[in-house]
Parts: sequence; C-alpha cells; structure tokens
Amino acid sequence: MKNTTDGRALVSRRSFALGAFGTSAALMLAACGGGTSTTAPSSNPASTGAAKSTSATLTLWVDAERSPALKQIAAKFKDEKGIAVKLVVKDFAAVRDDFITQAPTGKGPDVLVGPHDWLGKLVQNGVVAPLQLGDKASQFAESSIQAMTYEGQVYGLPYSIENVALVRNTSLSAEPLKTFDEVVAAGRKAVSGGKAKYPFLVGLDPKQADPYHTYPLQTSFGAPVFAQMSDGSYDGTKVIMDNAGGIKFAEFLAKNGDKGTKVFNSNITGDIAKEKFLAGQSAYFLTGPWNIPDIQKKGIKFVVDPLPTAGDQPAQPFIGVNGFFISSKSKNTLAATEFVVNYLSQETAQDALFKTGGRPPALTSSFEKASSDPVVKAFGEIGANGVPMPAVPAMDAVWADWGGTELDLIKGKEANPGAAWKKMVATINKKI
Amino acid sequence: MAGTTLTTSSTSRATPGPGKPPTPRRPKRTPDSLMGTVAKIVLLGFVDAIAVFVMFQLVASAEWLILAICVVVTAVVNWIYLRSDGLPAKYLAPGVFFLLLFQVFVMVFSTYIAFTNYGDGHNSSKADAIESIQLSAQERVPDSPQYAASVLEKGGDLYLLVTAPDGAVKLGGNDQPLQDATASTTGPTGAAAGVEGYTTLDFATLLQRQQQIAELKVPISDDAEDGSLRTADGSTAYVYKPKLSYDAAADTFTDTTTGTVYRDSGEGTFAAADGTELATGWKINVGLDNFTRAFTDPNLQGPLLQVVLWTFAFALLSVASTFALGLFLAIVFNRADLRGKKIYRVLMILPYAFPAFLSGLVWSGLLNPEFGFINNALLGGAQIPWLTDPVLAKVSVLVVNLWLGYPYMFLVCTGALQSLPEDVEEAARMDGAGAWRIFRAIKLPLLLVSLTPLLISSFAFNFNNFNVIYMLTGGGPRFDGTTFDIGGTDILITMVYKIAFGAGTGRDYGLASALAIIIFIIVAVVSAISFRQTKSLEEINR
Repeated sequence: MKNTTDGRALVSRRSFALGAFGTSAALMLAACGGGTSTTAPSSNPASTGAAKSTSATLTLWVDAERSPALKQIAAKFKDEKGIAVKLVVKDFAAVRDDFITQAPTGKGPDVLVGPHDWLGKLVQNGVVAPLQLGDKASQFAESSIQAMTYEGQVYGLPYSIENVALVRNTSLSAEPLKTFDEVVAAGRKAVSGGKAKYPFLVGLDPKQADPYHTYPLQTSFGAPVFAQMSDGSYDGTKVIMDNAGGIKFAEFLAKNGDKGTKVFNSNITGDIAKEKFLAGQSAYFLTGPWNIPDIQKKGIKFVVDPLPTAGDQPAQPFIGVNGFFISSKSKNTLAATEFVVNYLSQETAQDALFKTGGRPPALTSSFEKASSDPVVKAFGEIGANGVPMPAVPAMDAVWADWGGTELDLIKGKEANPGAAWKKMVATINKKI
Repeated sequence: MAGTTLTTSSTSRATPGPGKPPTPRRPKRTPDSLMGTVAKIVLLGFVDAIAVFVMFQLVASAEWLILAICVVVTAVVNWIYLRSDGLPAKYLAPGVFFLLLFQVFVMVFSTYIAFTNYGDGHNSSKADAIESIQLSAQERVPDSPQYAASVLEKGGDLYLLVTAPDGAVKLGGNDQPLQDATASTTGPTGAAAGVEGYTTLDFATLLQRQQQIAELKVPISDDAEDGSLRTADGSTAYVYKPKLSYDAAADTFTDTTTGTVYRDSGEGTFAAADGTELATGWKINVGLDNFTRAFTDPNLQGPLLQVVLWTFAFALLSVASTFALGLFLAIVFNRADLRGKKIYRVLMILPYAFPAFLSGLVWSGLLNPEFGFINNALLGGAQIPWLTDPVLAKVSVLVVNLWLGYPYMFLVCTGALQSLPEDVEEAARMDGAGAWRIFRAIKLPLLLVSLTPLLISSFAFNFNNFNVIYMLTGGGPRFDGTTFDIGGTDILITMVYKIAFGAGTGRDYGLASALAIIIFIIVAVVSAISFRQTKSLEEINR
C-alpha cells in the first residue's frame, strides 16, 4: 500500500518535472520564435538594399496636445525615409525629469519636445546633443534661435514662441494705451462707471506671486534679471536686478499692493483672474496665448495690446520657446537629426504645430502665414521685443526667492521695499 | 514533447486503482490533484519561460550581474516547487521574492544613493559625462561654409564627399584630409553624389551605419587646427573644432583657445584651478557627506531642526486630535437608544471617502483669504491669511488633517467599543460609578489595549502625511535665511520630496535619500518603543 503511494508520487513527481520542463521549453521556444522573426530584418545585413524596410524606429516624447500635429509629419517621414516615428504621449510636467533619469540608462527617447528653459538642466546632466541648423537658422525668428542657444551651442529646433501680452476688453476700454498708469486709470474708469470690478487683472500665486507675469513691468524700469552677453545668452552667474531700476520696481510693487492702490492682489490666482475677466469684470488682463481660446469662446470682444510700461524703458516680456531636442544617448542620431532638422523645420510641420497649439510659429514663413490672425500677429510682435527666459540651472533657485520677495512686497510686509529687494538679490547671488 | 509528457502524467494521475481501499494512515504528503498538478506545471513553465526570455534580453544588453541573480532566483524557485518536501517554502517563496524585490531592494538602493552625490549635474557615469562634454564641445567654426555631403564607402571604410557653396568637390576620410575629387554622379540639387571606385551609401545603409558616421571626422587640411568636417544627417556637413580636448591618459580637458586645464576635482566634476567647473558632472560615492551635510550645513541645519520638531508636533497632535474627536463621536453615536444612528454614522465617515490630496486642494481653495468660502461666507469677508501666516498655516494644516483623519478613528473606536463586554460596565454602574468614571477607569484602558497599535501606526502615517501638507500649503510659508525651498509647515517627507524632485534648488537624490534614511530610523525607533509600551499595557490589564 505504502509502496503504491510512494511509487505513484515518484512517477507523478518525475512526470511533473518533465512536464514543467517541457512546458517551459515550449513557451520559451514560442517566445524566442516570436523574437527571432521580429528582430531578423535588423540583424541581417543582407537586407540593406530594401530602402523602405529599415528597422530604425525613432521614439519621440510628446504631450497629448501636440501629438496629433506630429502624427502627420511622422507619417510623411515614414513614407519618404522608411523610418517609423513612435510618438509616446507623456505627462508634460514629468517629461524633463523622467528624461534626465532615463536617458543615461539607454531607455529614454531619441527626441523630445519641450520649452527652451529646460536646456540648462539637460546640458548639466549631459543628456542633450547639440544640433547644427546651418543655413536653416536664418529662416527662424532670431529670438527663438537665441533661446535654443546654451553656452554658445544650439541644442534645439524651435517651433513656437509664447509670451504674455495685455488683453483688453474693448467694450470696457476703447483705446489702446501705452503706460501702466494710463491703463490703470482707464481700468478704474470702467470700475467707477459700474461696469467692472477690477481695474487690472494679472494672475498671481498667493504663495509665490509671479515674477514671470510681472517681468515686463520690471524691465520697463530697466532691471533685467541677468546681464545678457553679446551673443544674447545670459551670464547666469550674477543677478543684476538690484540696480536703481530694480529698487524702483520694488517700490512700485509695494505702492500698488495691499497697502497701496491694490492693483496687484496676490489672492487673485491665474484661475481667478481668468474667471473675473471672462465675467467681464475687468477691462485688462495681463496673460498669455493659453487663455485666448477661452476668451474667444466666451464671446468677449477683445484686442491684444502691447505691454504697458511702468518705467521709462520698453516693457520686455520673457519669451518661452518650444522646440525639439535630440538625446545625447540616442542610438539613432542620424535618423533623429534628419527628422528634426530636415522635417520638423518644414513649413508644413510648423503650420500643423501652429494649428494645434495656436502659438506664433518660430519659422518666419509660417509666422507670416499665421499673422492673418490679429491675435497671433499681436503676440508675435510683442514677443519680438522679448528676451528668452533664462535657461541656466540656477533659474529654479532664482524663481523661488524672486517670487517670495515680490509676494511680501505686494502684501505690504516690507517697510523698506528697496532693502528687501537688495536682500533678495544678495540671497540669490549667494546661491548661484 | 511537452504534449506527450503531459498525457503520460495525466494518465498516470487520472487512474486511481478501482476499488482501492481507503488508506488508514495518511502519508506524509498526499499527491496533488490532477488540476493542481496541471496548474503547477503551467504556472512554473510560465515563470521559467519569462525568466528565460528576460535572461536572453540580459545577455543581449550584457548585464552580467543581473543575469546571474536572475539565473539563481529561477533555479531556486524551480528547486522549491519541484521537490516534494519543504511545504512552508512553497508558501513563503512568492512573498519573500516580492519582499526582496519591492522592499529590500528599494531600501538597499536608497541607502546606496544616500552615499552618492546623485542629482542634477551628477546624473550618470564618468564615461557618459566625458562623452557628453566632448559632444557639446564640438563647435562649428564661425562663418565656415555649409557643405552638401554624401557618404561613400570603399573597402569597408567611410568617406565624405562634399560640395562647397562655390561648387568645389572634395573627398576625404578619417585621418585623410580633404582632397579635390571629380564627381562621377550628381544628386538632384547638383551636388556631387558619387566618385569612381567608391560606393555611395543610400539612406537605409546610412541608418545602419549611423554610429560609424557619427564618428567620421574628416580633417579639412593637413593642419588639425583648422578643424574637421562632420555630418549629422548624411546630407550636410559642417566644419567643427572642439572647444575642449580630452586627454585620456591624463584624464583632463583642455580649453583649446585659452589653454585652461580642467581636472577631475574628486567631486564628480572637471574643474579648473580657479574653481570653474564644466557643466556636466557624474555620479561618485561621497561617503557620509550627505549625512554630515544634513546636520552641519548652516543652510540646512536650522531648517532641518525646525522641520523635525514640527513633524513630531504635527504627527502627535494629529493623532491626539483625531483620536479624541473620533472617540468622542464613537461614544456619542454608540448609544443604543439613539435614532437614525446609521445615517449619522455614514455622514461621519464621508470625509474618509475623499482622496486626501483632493481634499487638500479643495481646502486650499476654501481657505483663500479673499475668495475662499471660510473667510467670505463664514467670517463675513474677514481677510485672515490662513495659509500664508506661519502660525495660522500650522493651525490650518492641523484642522484640515483633523477633518480628514477623525472618520478613521471614529470607525476603529466604534468597532472597539462594540466589542467591550457590557457586563463590566453594568457591574461598575451597580457599584455606583458615574459615566465619566466608567469611561476613565474602565472603557478607556480596555480600548487602549486594542487601539494603541493603531495609534502607533497612525503616528507613523501622519509622520509621513505628504498629501495634506503638499496639497494644502505646499510646505509654505517659506523660511527666511535658507536657500532651500522649505517652509513653516514642511514635514520631513515633503522636505525630502522637494530636495529630490522639487523646484527651488537642483534635485539632489543623494541628500534626499540620506534624509529618507533618517526618517526611517526615527519612525522605526518611535514605533519600537511604543510597541514595547503597549506590551506592558497588556500585562497590566491581565
């Protein structure tokens, strides 16, 4: 009896082992079989003649918004060059850091889409390759190429430029005005006429203010954040905004903050500001092209005005340039360069990207076409005066202090605005 | 082959002797049922197949260490499940495997990172950094012409055939300076495309040899100082000259125009004598630097101490307040004669049903000083800076966390209360004890026996309660006098997050990992001490 049991157990165990081995062998063969058949073309040098069947695939990280426009260009590239472009839709906020982490492992994409101010970090971490645009560079807006230049090298192919402008509700204020004081006075007139509630709107962050949006006002006092070198790039080693203009700007913020005219209100976030403008509660809204579709949808009659000046110099906004970068770890550099430099620079590509994004194109000929829309034209013209947002890695540190101090000034917490401003610049300089 | 084995095994298993008398003594281990065996074979086969597939991938990418681990693990798994003994191992193996993979490995890896300077600017290996610096240092010679180019091949070597803007056709290869050539064929744009004796590569071939093409460097003259031609896309070539040249023997970069020498600084960067560093660095081991930095760097030391104190205060006060409110409500709603108890209880539990990060965001809006519901509707337009005043922000965080946390305490207290024997209460009442006395002397001690472990875990949870802090205040208002983006309501975990991933300063995974280890030690010590206390509590009650 016992023997039988043991014998059966033995048989079953052996057959079990064999079975397990057999199954795994079969599955393994299946797996390998699949693998072999797909990898064969690439590993077989004999197939070189077939131009349309190259196995190279480009991987491109893109956000959901831009993905549809790139699909057409990718299809064209596949048709003409036989290289498939795989568009991987990523969460935009995570792209930069994911790319920096993954590129060294060889798992990152060949090409990625992003704003130019990532460049500092990308270069610092050695994950982006320089790009030679050659004669094509002259076909793009000068400021866009300048933005894509970091430490003397061009790293990206620009496709759009964005910047803030002054949006005016024409039913509340009829005339374009030049200075900040005039704008606020006109805004107040609308308020006192009972038609509006706020003389002027700009979205601020109750925790960080918003140096990006207020920058044109700051530059109108003649206080740029960094010194610009002759080639247009920044000297990221020294913040120079504690000059006389900077002090005036600090006083200006305090004067128009909670303890003064209350034109700037740090409790009005970007969302609240937009909501109030859409409700017709203000004649003016300092904002970028990203809010235009909603304003149009709401049916508000508006025009895009040049940025008002608070000081005696021109108001220069920061411009953000979006573009394509090639990974320094790409195994397909030739294909990637071909796609980025020779395909994405084409007018059709830039037109398509404009259609989905609505931002003024960086390619001059595309921009001229897009300028039939007065809104795009106005934003583009204001951007032409702008300066690229600094891309130096230290910028992250600058934003935090800069915003914090602006917030304190607006909230009227600083008895001596000039001293607070100087202290801020000293702290930032200590950091970088 | 697999098929046959399967059939044999199934026939041998599926035919139990007809009329077999029942076994009086059960053998040590009964044979598995047919279904069980088949499932086991398929599952194990599946695991092995995946393992082998992974191994092939690892061989292809030359990851020998991981391959070795993979082989050992697969062998051990097979050994465990193929032998008849060792039943406990069969149950434990999957759990242990996933514990090792998802817990131990992560901890070991964080510990390793804590001893490196991994972060922005120190992102990869030294070889990667050198390669990247060399790549970025290739600068186009200013005002040099743009050449139309074709890549040619002869005897396995690659050559570059270029046409200058003035129409001059030249040919050259690696270490073979450009020479005049006569084009045998021309392309659609009129540029030279082929030369007698050479094969012109088409685009598909270019793609296959793109690594070689990337390395193709054609000197434009005998003098290396003039620069060399390179092509990135196979159709245009530019004259490049490196801004920095790397000397592999001395391990230095030299600036070709100024002559400045950049040496390995020992800190994962190339630095010149005056301290200027090249932008791209690499990851190195820094020993205990990150730990000493956390306690000695004046920029970090002060804020860190404040953050640690506040973290303890936040965790303790959160546990105390949520427990007090939860217990109070549990007792109130535990009365047998209360009507509509169920409805009240459901309402009480509602905050628990919202994701904490969502509630954090909603509360952040409610507490906006000017437009928020609290100030606007409840306090008649008062301008109370709930989230931006250092003290009020702490209060707000605690109150919101109370709102979020009491339903949990309410639930567990209700459960524990209902499990208390009623006769004890009755006996106390007979002896003339009042309600407070019964609660103080009988109910609470009995409750604490079962609830203390939950309070400890609640402490550990609140110690790392990232959602509430990050979504409500973002850690603000910021501290003065530190360059880190750390503020009055930051707890350790949000501080770690900001250092590792946040804006404000560069990401510093090394420092963040070191702080994470400190958090782990604190939580582990606090929990260990508390659990020991719980044990003594149990003994008293016994």
